[in-house]
Amino acid sequence: MLTYIVRRILYSIPVLFLATFVSFIFVSYAGNPVSLLRQNPRVPKSTIENLIHQQHLDVSPFVRYFYWLDSVFLHGFGKSLQTLQPIWPQMTRTMGHTLQFIVISEVLALVLGIAVGIYSAIRQYSVFDYSFTTIGFLGFAMPTFWLALLLQIAFTDIFLHWNIRIFYTSGLNTLPGGPAWSLDRMQHLALPVLTLLIISFALYSRYMRASMLDVINSDYVRTARAKGVSEWRVIMKHVFRNALIPITTVAALNFGALIGGAIVTETVFSLDGFGYWFIQALNSLDIYEMMAYIFITAVAVVVFNLIADIMYGFLDPRIRYD
Amino acid sequence: MTESLRPSDDSLYPSGQMEGNAVLPEGDPGTGFLETRGGPETTEQAGLDLKVRGQWAYARMRFFRHRLAVAGLIGIVIIFGAGILAGVVAPYGYFQIDLTHILAGPSSTHLFGTDGLGRDEFSRVIWGIRTSMEVGVFVAVVSTFIGLVIGAVAGYYGGWMDNLLMRITDLVLTLPLLVILLTAATLLGQGNQWRVSIILVLFFWTGIARVVRGVFLSLREKEYVEAAKASGAGDARLMFRHMLPNTLGPVVVNATLAVGFAILIESALSFLGFGIKPPTPSLGGLVADAQQYSQQWWLTVFPGLTIVLIVLCVNFVGDGLRDALDPQQRRMRA
Repeated sequence: MLTYIVRRILYSIPVLFLATFVSFIFVSYAGNPVSLLRQNPRVPKSTIENLIHQQHLDVSPFVRYFYWLDSVFLHGFGKSLQTLQPIWPQMTRTMGHTLQFIVISEVLALVLGIAVGIYSAIRQYSVFDYSFTTIGFLGFAMPTFWLALLLQIAFTDIFLHWNIRIFYTSGLNTLPGGPAWSLDRMQHLALPVLTLLIISFALYSRYMRASMLDVINSDYVRTARAKGVSEWRVIMKHVFRNALIPITTVAALNFGALIGGAIVTETVFSLDGFGYWFIQALNSLDIYEMMAYIFITAVAVVVFNLIADIMYGFLDPRIRYD
Repeated sequence: MTESLRPSDDSLYPSGQMEGNAVLPEGDPGTGFLETRGGPETTEQAGLDLKVRGQWAYARMRFFRHRLAVAGLIGIVIIFGAGILAGVVAPYGYFQIDLTHILAGPSSTHLFGTDGLGRDEFSRVIWGIRTSMEVGVFVAVVSTFIGLVIGAVAGYYGGWMDNLLMRITDLVLTLPLLVILLTAATLLGQGNQWRVSIILVLFFWTGIARVVRGVFLSLREKEYVEAAKASGAGDARLMFRHMLPNTLGPVVVNATLAVGFAILIESALSFLGFGIKPPTPSLGGLVADAQQYSQQWWLTVFPGLTIVLIVLCVNFVGDGLRDALDPQQRRMRA
């Protein structure tokens, strides 16, 4: 197991370097990051030339990549091209907001998805099963941005018609602080959480149902029933525990992808999160901010892939990595 | 029903049985003898009047007994039909402005209402369907073709081709697809549906190639492939005549699902402003335009609902095909 983990980590290091290198070249040729500055008449030419030199924009992207690597490991991802502010504090701030709403929605989606998946599998082809199958199919077919916009429209209209503020539809906070601050934050986070919750719930409940059905029809469950174990014990001890194994993998992979992938939800709700930050960097062609985001996202995906594999080996003794 | 009548006894085939496996190397060894032959033969030797069905006939039967799949197929035909015939179906032009109806709600003259410039939303949705359809079908067909060829070569020859393919897919899997596509879209430009489609194809083919490679790896060791090789079949014939037909099941399913997935991703890109740009109509773009009119719900609801319907129907068809093309599944679905 340990050798497997070490080998996987050693393999992912060159993959990460190659992935960041390819993205860096991509991003560098995407456009001229100082073109916006040049249009600004109040910025003197010498300042721009200084900036170009300091930020290594005057060397070829292939060389610049190594300057960038240096800034990543020694200077906290360097400075933003547009604002000249250090990137690290912005990253930790936005990442904190993203984690807040991702963790809440993923935990809720997992709990609900597992519960619904179990019940759907036990009562296969019941009305309950069919209704949640329909919801699952809808969840797969629904564009995230549309779901988010529908929620936004609904709660904006509730506010405009009846002047009741249940949930806020954009931003993170309206109060600067004080005792009601946490409640205020929750009112802001509720709709992004709900959006992500619905999408992830569709995935988890379908997965859980399928893996429950897989186990229910296996030989050892028939054996357990045949030797007279009560139905409750069969489901909880024999079926449920084994059916959980595949879903841990799915959840870990999904979480890894979500750290960078909540772009759409954050954009719709103007939530000051990691994905929204990336979109803004993309719009202003700030290559160093974009690369910081890509680097962190790639690391997250690789790490959570590894976690998924390790958990699988840990939970399922039939799997042996060597 | 026909299942039970199928001859299970070798004696029904007094002469054909011996050479059976050698003559028909392309059949799945697990599949029944009668089905692999597929021709309209009858087993007159046995004195039974059996209707012999080929593998595809069985697949077709299974598909058409899958109610949701048929419903999905009908839905797609209607929606895509409207897209193809957009010039006939749409009551107004894409840019046609009706100044007497600005931001009007759904009515009999404007089925889905009108937008801030008085353009008919229903017509715009129909034109948007056409674009989405073009993206979905183009991406699915082209990326399936590329993935099929590369996956087959990598799986058949192994070696450096295989290594290269796996490293490329590893790279693509290191980042969430949306991030890769957004970055690629800033570099390669955005605009009309074909540019966006090509960007999608660049990253979609890897999935299909992986599937095909996996099937080829397992088929390479099968006895019927060895038999064909022993009887002198060349590489190309082995790959495309004997092995490829056995990968078609998963490939067709993947290609179908790719249509829906491409449409979803394209709409997200267009919504974020990195995909299809006006003047080219697109459903994602219509939803993005609607963001400034949160009071006019119809501008958000109808284009989005259309995306949901298209993807839902495509997924139903994909699921039906998955069940129908699975040769292990002999049971007929009610």
